[in-house]
Amino acid sequence: MTTQVFKIADSFKKNVKYTFCPGCDHGVAVRLVAEVIDELGIRENAIVAAAIGCSVTIYDFLNIDALESPHGRAMAVATGIKRAKPDKFVFTYQGDGDFASIGWAESMHAGLRGEKISSICINNTTFGMTGGQLGPTTMMGQVTTTSPTGRNPEYYGYPIKMAEHMALCDGVAYSARVSLDSVPNIRKAKQAIKKAFEVQLQGLGLGFVEILAGCPTNWRMSPAQAHDRVRDEMMQTFKPGVYKDVTADIK
Amino acid sequence: MSHIVINENRCKACYLCVKECPKKLIRVSEKTNNLGNRVVEFCDPNNECLGCAMCATRCPDLAITEVYRG
Amino acid sequence: MVVECLTGKKVLMKGNYAIAQAAVLAGCECYFGYPITPQSEIGEYLSGKMQELGRAYVSAESELAAINMVIGACSTGAKAMTSSSSCAVSLMQEGISYACTDELPVVLVSVMRGGPGLGNIYPSQGDYYQSTKGGGNGDYRTIVLAPSTVQECADLTYKAFYLAHKYKNPTILLADGLLGQMMEPVEFKPYPYSEIENSDWALSGAKGREPRIIRSYGPLAEDRCEFLEKLFEKYKAIEENETLWEENDTDDADVVLVSFGSTSRNVNTAAKLLRAKGLKVGTFRPITLFPFPSKRLAELAKRVKMFVSVEVNMGQMIDDVKLAVNGLVPVELVHKGVGAPPDPEDIAAQVEGLL
Repeated sequence: MTTQVFKIADSFKKNVKYTFCPGCDHGVAVRLVAEVIDELGIRENAIVAAAIGCSVTIYDFLNIDALESPHGRAMAVATGIKRAKPDKFVFTYQGDGDFASIGWAESMHAGLRGEKISSICINNTTFGMTGGQLGPTTMMGQVTTTSPTGRNPEYYGYPIKMAEHMALCDGVAYSARVSLDSVPNIRKAKQAIKKAFEVQLQGLGLGFVEILAGCPTNWRMSPAQAHDRVRDEMMQTFKPGVYKDVTADIK
Repeated sequence: MSHIVINENRCKACYLCVKECPKKLIRVSEKTNNLGNRVVEFCDPNNECLGCAMCATRCPDLAITEVYRG
Repeated sequence: MVVECLTGKKVLMKGNYAIAQAAVLAGCECYFGYPITPQSEIGEYLSGKMQELGRAYVSAESELAAINMVIGACSTGAKAMTSSSSCAVSLMQEGISYACTDELPVVLVSVMRGGPGLGNIYPSQGDYYQSTKGGGNGDYRTIVLAPSTVQECADLTYKAFYLAHKYKNPTILLADGLLGQMMEPVEFKPYPYSEIENSDWALSGAKGREPRIIRSYGPLAEDRCEFLEKLFEKYKAIEENETLWEENDTDDADVVLVSFGSTSRNVNTAAKLLRAKGLKVGTFRPITLFPFPSKRLAELAKRVKMFVSVEVNMGQMIDDVKLAVNGLVPVELVHKGVGAPPDPEDIAAQVEGLL
């Protein structure tokens, strides 16, 4: 007997077609979000606060209500939605520049307030949509269009470790970092997204997942090389793991 | 019989699936889609497909739309 | 502090409290704010009251966050507001621009203080430009209501919620430190407006319908042109339907003193002083600063000999008066940079000097 083990999630719009660059891991991350929404049965109750950058296009693909936030303000916008309609499932889908640079205050404070929202943040160590400039997560030595000789601490300072910082916020129920470098890690990433969504549904607090992702276009690499970099370089600096899980404490 | 279904029009020729398939059953075809990409094709004459869905899990463009196992 | 309506009964209250209480009575479900003098009493009042009523109050981390929380709440059709002052309203300009193009019923209470920059905490009318012309990017308009008494602070707060939802457009209640801090008797009548249906656009989850996207991004030039034309048709409708002003003794007036907000109080007294001297002086007070009562001023310009704009700033509203009058007669300025409005005697003397 033949069983179907993979299909396009129902939470996608009909005839969905991504507009991401070839090999972009946003495509995988959005798919995982859609699959988790399907599995939790929350599509009809979900509202996404989209951000600015490559991540904004999520509303073109998912069959859910969406509000586009100004750059960096997704967590504030999500806070407003959730406070107005506490029975809705509210999440943000952001990039690292949006979440951890221009929106860092909003991100941390949403965590400190313990907003019952979930946040998915793509870390690809650069500002993707604007053409690969130095961002808050750009790694030491990394060459970008605005760090032509590589990031050095004297001149540019240091990259931020989002998952660790968010875990320090008392209102955060779940904070994890995952990677999309390999199929086993993609499967782990999906479990983390599910957990970050579940803590909201359980009313435990904010759920956060930082996703290490390749940006072949701005890294000037092939998609395969980009994944090698995620594994060999990014995962050494940004260690995957669960940094906080209040449900583990409950058990 | 395990197999996959490919939507050629979504393929952006990143060829991550070609690398991912443990049985090397996906290859670059001679066909070009409406995006101008040389698309991949599934070629499994000896029914080796495991239905592991690693290709679909890796594909960043939803081009592998269905995977069947059995 | 009570929140019940007190029809036929007056209570002595600060303008800031009157605004806050009116917001509660208007059905405001969410308040998001960050403290700044001279409007902090609004947040102080609402922090307790909203909690008591099971509504939302969030001490935002910044004004930037506050206005965006309002945007989020309004996207669900909820009645939501923030309040702030001058230099901090500057921080909200990005959000106001987004809310205008997203067509969201944002209510912002702006209690003006001295500027530019940090300025000081004295009353001021220096944010006429900020409110009516905006500091955000792109073509947009906010509805701006300017109360001149504590009673009007309450009444126009009701109206701000009504107009914001009726037109799906950010609406600013533009008060100043004087109105915010002074106490006057005020009567709280029940919310007089009908509730606006929003189920055809608000975000509620895509259950049994196509998903809704509220966004400002418009990648195609043609589409954007079309959208802007539609947006400005709405502004035209607002101008036609909602323009409000008050005028006194303009029938035979040679000189009309134009002023808004708290300044109008002293201007009215000044006009009486001048009338007592036999001078034919009338007063004109725009209550809506956008839409500005340009048509009425243009009518008056056909028979009035001079307009004098009286403002507590370096002369901002005078631009709109001049545009309305369109060169027919002189438009002069009597002003004071910052602080309480000039005394009626001062105003009268300066106007006399212009004759």
